[in-house]
Amino acid sequence: MSKNNQAPVDVAPPYQAVTRHGVSPKPSHDEAARFDFLANFNKVLSGTLGPGNKLAYDKRVLPTFKKEHGREPKDRFEIRHAMNKDPFHQIWSASKRNSMEMRQQNGRAMVLRQLDELDAKARALNESVPDTLELNPDVQVPRYQAAVDIHCMPGSYHGEERPGDVSAGANYDCGIFATTAGGLGALSDGGGAALADWIRKERPGWTPRRILDIGCTIGHNIVPVALAFPETEIIAIDTAAPSLRYGHARAQSLGAKNIKFIQMNAEDLSRYEYGHFDWVQTTMFLHETSGKALPRIIEEGYRVLAEGGLMLHLEQPQYSDEMPLYEQFIRDWDAFNNNEPFWSAMHALDLKGIMQKSGFAKEELFVTGVRAVVDRSIFPEAPTGEAEDHGRAAVWNAYGAWKGGKPA
Amino acid sequence: MSDSPLDWMALANKKAKGKRPEFFDEPEDDRIYSILIALVGEVSVLRTRLDTVERLLDEKGTISRDDIENFAPDREAGFERGALIREYILRVMRGPIQAMESLQEQEPPIEDVSRELKEI
Repeated sequence: MSKNNQAPVDVAPPYQAVTRHGVSPKPSHDEAARFDFLANFNKVLSGTLGPGNKLAYDKRVLPTFKKEHGREPKDRFEIRHAMNKDPFHQIWSASKRNSMEMRQQNGRAMVLRQLDELDAKARALNESVPDTLELNPDVQVPRYQAAVDIHCMPGSYHGEERPGDVSAGANYDCGIFATTAGGLGALSDGGGAALADWIRKERPGWTPRRILDIGCTIGHNIVPVALAFPETEIIAIDTAAPSLRYGHARAQSLGAKNIKFIQMNAEDLSRYEYGHFDWVQTTMFLHETSGKALPRIIEEGYRVLAEGGLMLHLEQPQYSDEMPLYEQFIRDWDAFNNNEPFWSAMHALDLKGIMQKSGFAKEELFVTGVRAVVDRSIFPEAPTGEAEDHGRAAVWNAYGAWKGGKPA
Repeated sequence: MSDSPLDWMALANKKAKGKRPEFFDEPEDDRIYSILIALVGEVSVLRTRLDTVERLLDEKGTISRDDIENFAPDREAGFERGALIREYILRVMRGPIQAMESLQEQEPPIEDVSRELKEI
């Protein structure tokens, strides 16, 4: 949209344009305005100022490094240490970190102010269909979810301000808009919508009998899949009860009645037999696990996957020797500055190798690109290339495999 | 569930578990920058609120607080308000943006230019 021959301006949609479901917090005028500021601030940080990091690297940091060491940096960690001393990168990083912290503060203020109402709404929705929410207090929050509060979200996915509340889920849900500047759409479900879209093209006419969504948090990526396959039985698991409580209520209010939310750790899926599911997936979850948990989860996923079934993991692109070290460094920012401590190591893993080790044959594996599917009349297309908000762009790689090969 | 009301204002400010990285050479600069950016955000909120008041007055001539709280911009107004915020952010982030621009071309110190001009 532009007026008077002005150049088109890249502006985030207003927070009031998001779709409200049955457990959405209702923003006051100023709470919405805070998210509007952050959404646009994030756009400026990634789009306008982001390329300055590369400039600082090329013009200042790299020449100094070469002078001091007599060689090029050997990995992304050396680049990070050198860049952390650069004044431009310092102010950019400080801005981005503050933006994330403000997103948490602003989201929590909005949610906690109306927590009584949100809890009551969630409880009413959850009690109306008690069979599709199964919480198990014996499930421990694993160390990889508890070591730090992931993406600077106080209490992470599992924190409670009082027993039985939904504050963690509600805060996570509402703030995705600010973090991604609306890039995930009106329900922050552009990733799930993209999966539903992708499978329809990839395997037209297929209706999976059962789907397992691992690390579902508030279910925003499984609800569009559930709505696309209303006949499919869907199991969505996570270790965090407050997120599941919220996610179940959210799914109910959006009409996704075929998802059962279960508090469970995916490292042990012994409850399910070999070949129980036709589709096993994670979306932006593997980077929030750990070095030993990740292969265990994939092994378990392989075991419960049926012959001809689909395993799919949506993630930001893996680092490879072909990816320039600078790009690896900038993609690593969240690992060290936004409490994603497994991010860096995870993105350097040989995911294909791990999937093969779990049982897949090499020729059964594939990698494909997936872009968020959102209402483009209101919500923006996620930028790629230099202006991309690395680590949170609404563009992913899907690491997948058809067990025993894709059925004809 | 507990009956005692939450002090949501204090709880909203809770620190996330995990040591916070220091970005600047002096830790005090990190604290001051956090205050500054929060203030930058709040000025934006005030400006957006003023925009709401102006739009409602244009439309109705008189307004109530409820009108402000319930205001939802249509598509065009949403874009205009976003553009307003963007322009404001670019203005306050002028320093880093110009620092980035100056990275593109190495400029000599003004003293050098001054010496040069004396001679030509």
